[in-house]
Amino acid sequence: MTANLMFYVFTALTALGALGVVFNRNTVNAAMCFLLSLVGLAGLFVLLEAYLLAVLLVFVYAGAVVTLFLFIVMLLDVKGGRRSPFTKGTGLAATVAAALIALGLLSLYNHGRIAAALPAGPGSGSSLKGYAYQLFTTYLLPVQIVGFLLLMAMLGVIVISKRQAGTEDGK
Amino acid sequence: MSDFFFNLPVIVQGFLKGLAVICVIFPIAGICSMAERKIAAWIQDRPGPNRAIVPWIAWIPFFGTFLQRLGLFHVMADGGKMLFKEDSLPGHVKKFYFVLAPILAMIPALTTVTVVPFGAYLGATGQIVPLGLAPLDIGILAVFAVASLGVYSLILAGWASNSKYPFLGSVRASAQLISYELAMTLSVIPVFLWINAPGREATLGFARVVEFQSQAGFWGGTWFGFLMPVSAFIFLVALFAETNRTPFDTIESEADLVGSFHTEYGAFKWGLFFVAEYSHMIVGSAVFILLFFGGWNPLPWVPLATAVGWLHHLTGWAFTVHPLFVGVCSIAILLVKVLGMLFLFMWVRWTVPRFRYDQVMKLGWQRLLPLAIANLIFYALAIAFLQK
Repeated sequence: MTANLMFYVFTALTALGALGVVFNRNTVNAAMCFLLSLVGLAGLFVLLEAYLLAVLLVFVYAGAVVTLFLFIVMLLDVKGGRRSPFTKGTGLAATVAAALIALGLLSLYNHGRIAAALPAGPGSGSSLKGYAYQLFTTYLLPVQIVGFLLLMAMLGVIVISKRQAGTEDGK
Repeated sequence: MSDFFFNLPVIVQGFLKGLAVICVIFPIAGICSMAERKIAAWIQDRPGPNRAIVPWIAWIPFFGTFLQRLGLFHVMADGGKMLFKEDSLPGHVKKFYFVLAPILAMIPALTTVTVVPFGAYLGATGQIVPLGLAPLDIGILAVFAVASLGVYSLILAGWASNSKYPFLGSVRASAQLISYELAMTLSVIPVFLWINAPGREATLGFARVVEFQSQAGFWGGTWFGFLMPVSAFIFLVALFAETNRTPFDTIESEADLVGSFHTEYGAFKWGLFFVAEYSHMIVGSAVFILLFFGGWNPLPWVPLATAVGWLHHLTGWAFTVHPLFVGVCSIAILLVKVLGMLFLFMWVRWTVPRFRYDQVMKLGWQRLLPLAIANLIFYALAIAFLQK
C-alpha cells in the first residue's frame, strides 16, 4: 500500500515537474521544475530498488547539471529571463518532435505490454561489482561511444563560446 | 523496553530515530556558535562573551559566576534574538525563492546524516554491527550526492536577493563548491579501492571502512589517515572549502561582499543558514573520521572490541560487554572525535587568513586536483600490486 502511494507521489512529481519545465516561461522556474522531476525519478528508482542509479542520478544531474543550468541562466540574465518567441523553425521542430513522441507512445501502447516481472538488470540493487563488470564488458562499446559524443559536444561548446567571446572583445 | 520499541511500526521507529539524531545535532550546532566565539577569544587573548546570565542563576554563589564567565547563556540569548527579531522581507527580493533558499540549506545538511553510521555494537558472535539511520551499501556516494544539493540554497539565495553583492557571492559559491567536489571525490577512491579487496562483496558503505581500520595486527589497525596521508589531506582541505570555512570563506567575505548571499537575510532565515553550515561541518567531520581516523575505534591499533575487552577484564563488570553499553561508548568516541574536528575547524579559522578568490580557484584546479589524480594513480597501482 505504502509502495503504491509512494509510486503515485513520485510519478506525479516526475510528470508534473516535466510539464513545469516545458510550460514555465521563467527559466529559473523551469530549471527548478527540472530538479523536482529528477527527484521524482530518483524516488522511482529507489522504489525499484535501483539505489545506485538513484544516487547517481541525483549526484550527476541534480548535483551538477542543473546547478550549471541555473548558474548559466542567472549569469546570462539576472532578472530572470523570458524566452524568445516561437519562430517558424521551432514550430516545425516542435511538430516533428510531438509526432515522434506520439508515435513512440502509440507503439508502446500496442507492443509494450510487459507480461511478467523482468529479471533484475545490472543497475538494480546495489550490487556494485555486477554493475561495474557489465559496464566494462557487455556495455563497454556504448559507454565509449557516449563518452566520445560528450567529448565532441564539449569541444563544440568551447568553439562556440570562444567565437562569441571574440566578437564581444571586438566591439 | 526494547521490545516495545521494536514492536512499533517501522515508520514510527525511523521517525523516532531521526528525531533522536536531530536532537543531538541541533544542540551541537548551537553550542558550536558559542564555542566559536570563545575559541576566537582564547586565540586572540581576550575574555570573549562573558556577560549574559539568567538572574536566578546569578544568585548561586560561585557556580553562577563561573557559568557567566563561560558565556553559556549567550547561546540562549542568541537563539532568543533570532526567534523574536522582526523577520523582514525586503521589497525587491523574489519572495518564493528567497524563503525557499534557507529551507533548502537545511534539507541536505540533515539528510546526509541518514547514511552516516555513528556507532557500533558487538553482535552475538563478536562481529561489529554498525548503528545508523539507513546504513546503505553506497554510503559515500549517497553523502556526496545529497551534499552536492546544498549548492542550490546558495545559488537561489544570491539570485533571489536581487542585488549585486549576494549575486556575486552566490556565483563564487557555486563555482567553489563544484570545483572542490572533484578533488574530494577523487581523494576517497583509494580508500574504497583498498576495502574492496578481491573475494569480498563490493561496497561503498562506511561500515567496511571502519571494519578495515579495526583489524588485528600492526597494518590491520593502522588508520587510513596514516596509510593514505595525502588522501586525508586533500579530503580535509576540500571539506573546508565545501563547508565554506576560513580560509575558503571568500563566499561570505564581509570585506568585499558585505555578507554575500545572506546580506539580505535576517532573523530566523539567517539562523537557518548558520545552523546548516554547522550541520555540514558536523556531518563532514564524521565522514572524515570514519574514512581516515578510525571511526568509533578509540585509538589507533586499539579497536573498539579490544578496548571493551580490556575494560571488562580490568573491572570485571558484566554490563561492559552489553551491546547497549558498547553502542553508547562507540557513539561517545565518535562524538568526541567530531568535537575535536570542530575545534580544528575553529582553530584554523582564527589562525589562517582568508584566501583571495583567484587563489581559491587556483588551489582547487591547479594544485589539489592534479595531486588527487596522482595520488589515485599511485594508490591504484600499489593496491593492485599488494592485493594481487
